[in-house]
Amino acid sequence: MIWLLLKRLGQSIAVIIGVMILTFILVHLEPGNTARAVLGFKATPARVAIFNNTYGLNRPLPVQFWLYCIHVLHGNLGVSYSALQPVSTLIAQRLPRDVVLLGLATLLSLIIGLPMGLYQALHHGTIKDDVVAGTWFTLYSAPDFMEALILIAIFCVHFHIFQPSFPGGITTVGGLFEDPRAMVLPVVVLAINNVASYSQYMRSSAIEELMQDYIRTARAKGMRQRMILTRHLLRNALLPIITILGLSLPDLVAGAVIAEAIFSFPGMGLLFWQSALSHDYPVLLGATLIIGVATVLGNLIADIAYGVLDPRIRHAIA
Amino acid sequence: MQSPEPATGQLPEAPAGNPLARGMGYLPEGGEVVTTESGNLFLSDILHNKRAMSGCAIVLLLVLFCFAGPLLYHTNQTATNLNLENLPPGAGHPLGTDEYGIDILGRLMVGGQSSLELGFAVALSSTVIGALYGAISGMLGGIADAFLMRIVDTLLAVPTFILLLICASMFTLNLVTIIAILALLSWPYVCRLVRAQVLALKEREFVQASTAMGSTRMRILFRHMVPNTFNIFIVTTTFAVADSIYALSALSFLGLGPPPPFADWGTMLTNGVNDLFDSYPWEVYPALVILVITVIAFRQIGDALNDIASARSSRR
Repeated sequence: MIWLLLKRLGQSIAVIIGVMILTFILVHLEPGNTARAVLGFKATPARVAIFNNTYGLNRPLPVQFWLYCIHVLHGNLGVSYSALQPVSTLIAQRLPRDVVLLGLATLLSLIIGLPMGLYQALHHGTIKDDVVAGTWFTLYSAPDFMEALILIAIFCVHFHIFQPSFPGGITTVGGLFEDPRAMVLPVVVLAINNVASYSQYMRSSAIEELMQDYIRTARAKGMRQRMILTRHLLRNALLPIITILGLSLPDLVAGAVIAEAIFSFPGMGLLFWQSALSHDYPVLLGATLIIGVATVLGNLIADIAYGVLDPRIRHAIA
Repeated sequence: MQSPEPATGQLPEAPAGNPLARGMGYLPEGGEVVTTESGNLFLSDILHNKRAMSGCAIVLLLVLFCFAGPLLYHTNQTATNLNLENLPPGAGHPLGTDEYGIDILGRLMVGGQSSLELGFAVALSSTVIGALYGAISGMLGGIADAFLMRIVDTLLAVPTFILLLICASMFTLNLVTIIAILALLSWPYVCRLVRAQVLALKEREFVQASTAMGSTRMRILFRHMVPNTFNIFIVTTTFAVADSIYALSALSFLGLGPPPPFADWGTMLTNGVNDLFDSYPWEVYPALVILVITVIAFRQIGDALNDIASARSSRR
């Protein structure tokens, strides 16, 4: 177990270094130069020189990469060209909001998706299963901006129940709930997209468990259906869902670019989108690095959680 | 998943006859390695699968609509005509016109061309890159494999759409660059699956027999590995078509897509959104509907192929 953990940890560190190299390369792939992209084509050579000097862009590439690594290890992700604020500050402001938004969305989709998957598994192979699967499959296949737009058209344009965009000037996480109605549509849109994947994983894992001998034994000894489901089936069928949750951790950080752009929700996704529009590379770079690290950690946690929770795997490794 | 082979397993090159001739219910006998025939069996399964066939039919209709449609239905897709702006659906313009007076039905066709071209090109190129990379990495094994896979892990660690946004922010995109970028970003998914399959195949007797007979690595790679991973990458290819069409539309929706006069369904949606609130619904819904139909059709095919492939592997 320890040996496996160390191996996974080593791989994770290698991947994080890889992400740092990737982001660094991406930024230097940019045609022309950063100074021109930020200051505009009319910038005088003197201003370009000052810009390059300020941000260390006139040093040799290996030196820049070395300095970048040192800065990152000190928690310094650079300074945003447009907001003139440290990238780490910008990210630290927005990250908790995304945790709230996507946490709520994940919760909602689990609340809908898991019973739905169980229902499908119990009626597996019947028309009921097909109808539920077909509905969520259609919603899952539809681009998420479409769902957002249709909801806006219904609830904001026709019925005036919700505001189509998030109120501005939010500074704290608690501020998100000053107008709780503003949270409804973003959470619902993000949840709709995830329900299908959770319910399908739940469905296939429940079908697999239903065929196991222990369920048949429970039935044979006269256990009621409800007891079989809650006592035996659920605990085992939920295992794969934990892995999926671990793998969705990066989404929590990456935000939901499209949904946040539509509802102007002040999270990582909106920050990323605005930075992409304004060529604010330090922000893009910093956010990408954070997302990469989150992915690696999410995979690691999913692996470990699976090993800890499933006795078969735990004993096989130990 | 694969059943153990009997000691008398025949050589893979030995002709096993046409499985189609033995009818649908034919099951390969235990341990019989179906290499070149697997394509045929697979095809007959697809032809009998309603979901796969209905998906294919929709895709065919879409291709006809986008590429043959403009030959029958002539519209001016380049010049703006403000006298014709925001016309509701009616005579002359079955689906109305947009804010520049461009016919929407015609624009759906032209926009669909770039969406479909992109989908097919990205799916094909990312599959080829991913399958080769994965197969080579799996064949090499050891330190080389570990190194090559960390590169893949790195690309997988950052969501494709995030990397796409960064690239879109750096380069002025056109159809070719966006195909290149999407292909370079989406091959790791295929690669992972193909490598896993190659690692499993490496231990099989027919590969070891081939090695023992002095086959070169290249021969094993192309004669044994690549054909046997066919089932995997045909599934991922169809998903890649849907995903890349969706990615381009999302990118255009965010205003980071190729600049005008480039047309695709996502751009049409973006332009139409503002009009949603000005009650010109015909400028949004056609693009929305066709985009959803396309993505669902390709995902249906992919899902059906996935079912067929997994049913086949459990049957074996």
